Amino acid sequence: MDVFGSFALVLAFVCAVYAFGGGIAAIVTRHPLLIKSTRQAGMATCCLIFLATFSLEYLFFSDNFSNAYVVAHSNRDLSTFYKIAALWSGQEGSLLFWSFLLAIYVFSVLITYRNKNGELMPYVGVVMAGVQIFFLTLNNFVESPFRALAVPGANGAMDLVARADGNGLTPLLQYPEMVIHPPNLYSGYTGFTIPFAFALGALLARYPGEKWIHLTRKWTMIAWMFQSMGILLGAHWAYAVLGWGGYWGWDPVENASLLPWLTGTAFLHSVMMQEKRGMMKVWNVWLVFCTFLLCILGTFLTRSGVVSSVHAFANSSIGNWFVGFMGIILLVCFGAYFKNRDYLKSENQLDSIVSRESSFLFNNLILLVSCVAVLSGTLFPVFSEWFTGNRISVGAPFFNKVNIPIGLLLLFLTGVGPLLAWRKTSTESLKRNFGWPLGIGLAAGVIALVFGFREFYSWICLLLCVFVASTVLMEFYRGARVIRARSGASFMASAVDLTMRNTRRYGGYIVHMGMVFVFIGLAGAAFNRDLQKDMRQGDTMQIGPYTLVLQGFETKPEKNYTAQRMLVEVLRDKKPMMMLYPEKRRFTTTVENGTMVAIYSTLKEDLYVVYAGTSPDTQLPVLHAYLNPLVKWIWFGGVVVVFGTLVALLPNRRAVLVLSGAQQPAAQPIAHGLTPSVTLREGHD
Amino acid sequence: MKKQAKFGVGIGVIVAALGFLAWLGYGESKTYYHTIAELQTLTGSAKSQRMRVGGIVETGSIRRLSGHVDFVLEGEGKTLPVSYIGSDPLPDTFVDKSQALVEGHPDSNGRFVAEVVQAKCASKYEAAPGGTGGAAPKSAERSSM
Repeated sequence: MDVFGSFALVLAFVCAVYAFGGGIAAIVTRHPLLIKSTRQAGMATCCLIFLATFSLEYLFFSDNFSNAYVVAHSNRDLSTFYKIAALWSGQEGSLLFWSFLLAIYVFSVLITYRNKNGELMPYVGVVMAGVQIFFLTLNNFVESPFRALAVPGANGAMDLVARADGNGLTPLLQYPEMVIHPPNLYSGYTGFTIPFAFALGALLARYPGEKWIHLTRKWTMIAWMFQSMGILLGAHWAYAVLGWGGYWGWDPVENASLLPWLTGTAFLHSVMMQEKRGMMKVWNVWLVFCTFLLCILGTFLTRSGVVSSVHAFANSSIGNWFVGFMGIILLVCFGAYFKNRDYLKSENQLDSIVSRESSFLFNNLILLVSCVAVLSGTLFPVFSEWFTGNRISVGAPFFNKVNIPIGLLLLFLTGVGPLLAWRKTSTESLKRNFGWPLGIGLAAGVIALVFGFREFYSWICLLLCVFVASTVLMEFYRGARVIRARSGASFMASAVDLTMRNTRRYGGYIVHMGMVFVFIGLAGAAFNRDLQKDMRQGDTMQIGPYTLVLQGFETKPEKNYTAQRMLVEVLRDKKPMMMLYPEKRRFTTTVENGTMVAIYSTLKEDLYVVYAGTSPDTQLPVLHAYLNPLVKWIWFGGVVVVFGTLVALLPNRRAVLVLSGAQQPAAQPIAHGLTPSVTLREGHD
Repeated sequence: MKKQAKFGVGIGVIVAALGFLAWLGYGESKTYYHTIAELQTLTGSAKSQRMRVGGIVETGSIRRLSGHVDFVLEGEGKTLPVSYIGSDPLPDTFVDKSQALVEGHPDSNGRFVAEVVQAKCASKYEAAPGGTGGAAPKSAERSSM
């Protein structure tokens, strides 16, 4: 099966090269058969990558310990669930997995548009094949997952051997989140290849801007959704597994996943400027280019360890490949841009500072500043070493200082932006749209102050969250009221109807609402508390409203590890509530330990309990308890964001109601931006 | 043109304010990387900077004492005694022969006082260290977010 797999990979490489070279020839000659054959070569590439990936999974499932990768990442006792995850637990498999996910996207694109957009698709196909060639080069010639296990033999040659059992999967990865987090994040990283291919293809083909933007909207949103999920699942994994009580540490790898998300978010907003007003064309193209480059950079940072290690490129030669690839992409992007930049001319100018355009502009600017700050902070060790010879890193204070105000500004714009009219907003409509939400937000702020809320940033955040939530709810309320007046349906049904008629607009609002929930959760971090204590049996510890009592301690052998766990009883108001079992795991196949955090989570706060080892003084087990307010809102907000994105991906349901009189939405969508009638907002808003 | 100027001022103010915050954060958290060998050649004010030193944990050197954990890092043939005084538990990956990154500053006796310890398990089973899928294992660092 390993021969089969590597053969499939080589063939995939050959097909990708044909799809690339043949595609260029097809663009030049415009020969229909050539166009068709290169498209089919693209599909064949994808199918062969699928085969290679499945054959590697087969090696895992059949416990084939003659394959070096399987030996390094699996063992017989590993459960089926984690044998799937073992695929992406190391360098070679991760890169194959990248190719695999990319192949799913590429295949879907080729199938979806096989008979459409004939002028554009050959260009898109060539760009996608180019990206595939890079990853297939790594899969085939640099980091092949199909290497047989070999040891130096007697005569100097390498002898093939097979082991009885493998080394097992790193315990840190043996958690359910780790099975779903990488596929999500990688789906995000790979997914941004598609908008990139369309943007670059359209620029090369001088294809009309609105069209490619329209075509890629769906793909961008899918990639964005996966990226969001990937980031949050990663944060949740860090929270539930690493046992330090937090979910985000501004680690280079975390930052790497945030970067394309920031530019991708900016892009999702700024495309509306191009659709509606024909502005920011250059900006949009470069945003997509940058997003894709940041995806590659993210993969590179994750895979090469360039930043986290003490010395640059200490761990892997793969870094040079990535740097080279990024260089080529940048050259191609600049080349295409300078050749066809006249095609990206803006059709309009900014009219007013209080307008939808300017809110988008500021949203983009702020996201970009955040991206630049995170990027420079992440790469600071590398650059400072280049320029000064000293390797200097920056830590959490740097990132927090910049990004907290940025986050709050963004939150503010989330509330304001969607309600501003295109071109110019009158003072009167400002009052109508923001009077209530602003009042409610301020009232919430005052109430919080009265109740002793004294953290500045958290207070601002709370105020803004209430403000934004009110604007969103008011939008639903106004729209649903109009529908209800006409159809007489219940309020909920009207709201659903409203959403289904303009999924993009109202889906977007749901996403905004989800972000509000995430911000509520983030604001809670200012109030985190923790306590650590050596615990004798029967000892108690008081944290917040909870009393923790150590009821016992046990050691329990499991299938591939030994668990030591504390039995902690939780009381509230002297009434027993439940038991928590923080645990340490000692794995049999590796020398590493694993920590299992026990969490009791409510919307108000998380009680987070860690078995922190044995105290050197007393030889007693140490209990470390954290009280983290509002954390659950983050995960809940993430679910809402994903739900909202899915809603926005749905096609609009046709309006059943007859549009009132002369107000035709398609003719003059801009002028009516603020009219509270829903029927005027059909279509893309 | 007046509108453009307004935008320019708005953008300028935002960027300048954030730049200032970034500079503050940089001053607060900048940390120098040094190798163990370099550490012994540092003089004067360079010695009091916050720094990060990486190395391999010497086998059998980890001693858990009250209030701190002592161990020895080795790298490039040199060794460095370290006292970890942080309150967070050491990461699970911190064992003999693991790659560790310590953050803190050296004291006057040549002992390194670490407030943060990160560790990555030695890649005993893998010829080329790969990393760990989506996120790097990192336990001992926390942020205020």
